[in-house]
Amino acid sequence: MLDSNQQARIEDLAWKIRYHIIEMTGVGKAGHIGGSCSAADIVAALYGWKMKHDPQNPHWPERDRFVMSKGHAALAQYAALAACGYFPEAELRHVKKLNGMLQGHPDLRRTPGIEANSGSLGQGLSIGVGMALGLRLDHLESKVFVMLGDGELAEGQVWEAAMAAANFKLDNLVGLLDCNRIQATGEIAQRFNTYPFTEKWQAFGWQVIEIDGHDVAAVCAALEQADQVSGRPTMIVAHTVKGKGIPFAENTAAYHNGILTEDLYRQALVDLEQKRRDETCCG
Amino acid sequence: MLWLNQRKAYGESLVRLGRQNSRVVVLEADLGKSTMSCFFQDAFPERYFEMGIAEANMIATAAGLSLTGKIPFAGSFAVFATGRAYDQIRTSICIPGLNVKICGSSAGLSDFGDGSTHQSIDDLALMRVLPNMTVLSPVDAVETEKMVMAMAEHDGPVYLRVCRNDLPVLTDPDVPWQIGQITEVKPDGDIALLATGVMVSLGLEAAEQLAREGIRLKVVNISTIKPLDADRLVEVLRGCRAFVTAEEHSVIGGLGSAVHEALSGRLNLPSAMIGIADQFGTSAYNWQELLAHYGLTSEAIAKAAMRLDRETAR
Repeated sequence: MLDSNQQARIEDLAWKIRYHIIEMTGVGKAGHIGGSCSAADIVAALYGWKMKHDPQNPHWPERDRFVMSKGHAALAQYAALAACGYFPEAELRHVKKLNGMLQGHPDLRRTPGIEANSGSLGQGLSIGVGMALGLRLDHLESKVFVMLGDGELAEGQVWEAAMAAANFKLDNLVGLLDCNRIQATGEIAQRFNTYPFTEKWQAFGWQVIEIDGHDVAAVCAALEQADQVSGRPTMIVAHTVKGKGIPFAENTAAYHNGILTEDLYRQALVDLEQKRRDETCCG
Repeated sequence: MLWLNQRKAYGESLVRLGRQNSRVVVLEADLGKSTMSCFFQDAFPERYFEMGIAEANMIATAAGLSLTGKIPFAGSFAVFATGRAYDQIRTSICIPGLNVKICGSSAGLSDFGDGSTHQSIDDLALMRVLPNMTVLSPVDAVETEKMVMAMAEHDGPVYLRVCRNDLPVLTDPDVPWQIGQITEVKPDGDIALLATGVMVSLGLEAAEQLAREGIRLKVVNISTIKPLDADRLVEVLRGCRAFVTAEEHSVIGGLGSAVHEALSGRLNLPSAMIGIADQFGTSAYNWQELLAHYGLTSEAIAKAAMRLDRETAR
């Protein structure tokens, strides 16, 4: 169970992640704000509370693994890794720098703490299946967490991996479905309707837990519930808001990979600061 | 001459590897009986993963296994192992340079009956263009065995191309082999044949035919398609007036392309390329018939060499 201090720390990390997402996006350059912000609370719960990991020893064999299958949300993961101390937060200023450490999509050879390369959608869950099989062969208790996007579910390979995980009874594998309802070109329901999700994952043999993906206590409870299941994988279907925390970017495809003007950049940071003041005074 | 099967050598070598190294794991997409990885399944069932008929997932799962320190060998027919899972090989394996081994079995036209869908005329091209990838194309079963062992020693992605049918044994089990090796199977010659796979033994036949015409053909086995050692190529071509490349693969993107790329700007010799001329395969009653249909014969090699000999006569 989460105590109120722990919850506050996770919420603080989530806030920090969002602030960094805006800073990394900067002015006049494209950045995947929408899908990074929708994932922020879950990423914070994983790195800030749930996962066994050691920023000083990124290759610790007994660590839990996190794979960002929706690789375009790398900004959320970079922010979390920096906040945890995998590398200095100052590095975040150099996202997408020529041949730099922080690429547009996750690259395990370049960035400490990144566990898999992603960016071509649909592959992360399969990588997670391989990791879960390997960890089980080594009798390690470590878990594998894979974050997927709801738009990503149109990729057929996701369902190949879903079948494989159930076939191999991988109860050390947990999926986190960031259901922000919006793909790059618009609402999933309008563009390419892949609903319903919960029934699909259940039919594929997974335990499914449906939550509000911005309710940190609910995210943590779902992660604990996933520990209890035996003989099958768990999918946490997290309902989220694309662009969450950045009011003008919420629930719109425009900031899937959006460019901030100077005014909007300032606005986003002001909104975040305001939110933090509101929470500090009333929370 | 002794004829042995590369698939059998692949399966048996996996078992040998499995005994030596507990990190070796094997994945298959419902073709284990054909690729003969089934031998490994019998010996080490807990380290063998039947992945169903889902090659994309199999290849990315292999990537995940390698990230936990395993040495995965993932096999299927060459067309599926490369083409069906191309983006998975590219993104999940080659960009990070993961230690995953891919076996493309029943490669080239060797699955003669099944036709164009099952015949890989493009696997070398697809694998060769990927940075970080090593591409191997064994000449016989003995070399296949050495390659499987070398693949496990090499840290990084490797593609192994395996023929479905028995092939004459041209190499010696007691002679060591290493990745990158270029072997002069018949050293002396004025015209060189740079060949891979079955085309090497056909080249030896061509050399005999040419000898009767008074033309000396040097026969070279290039079983590492990538990395291709350009210095060594220049060395083996020293003293030759021209060369022919030969492969059971499209003339686009395979060994012939690799050789010409490597020699470009270094050595300017008249040359000819023997391979499948920018077309898909087709069904046939047997492999020989199919090879002949696409001009992959000792006669074709001899003819090309004769023409080059004539054109470069001093």
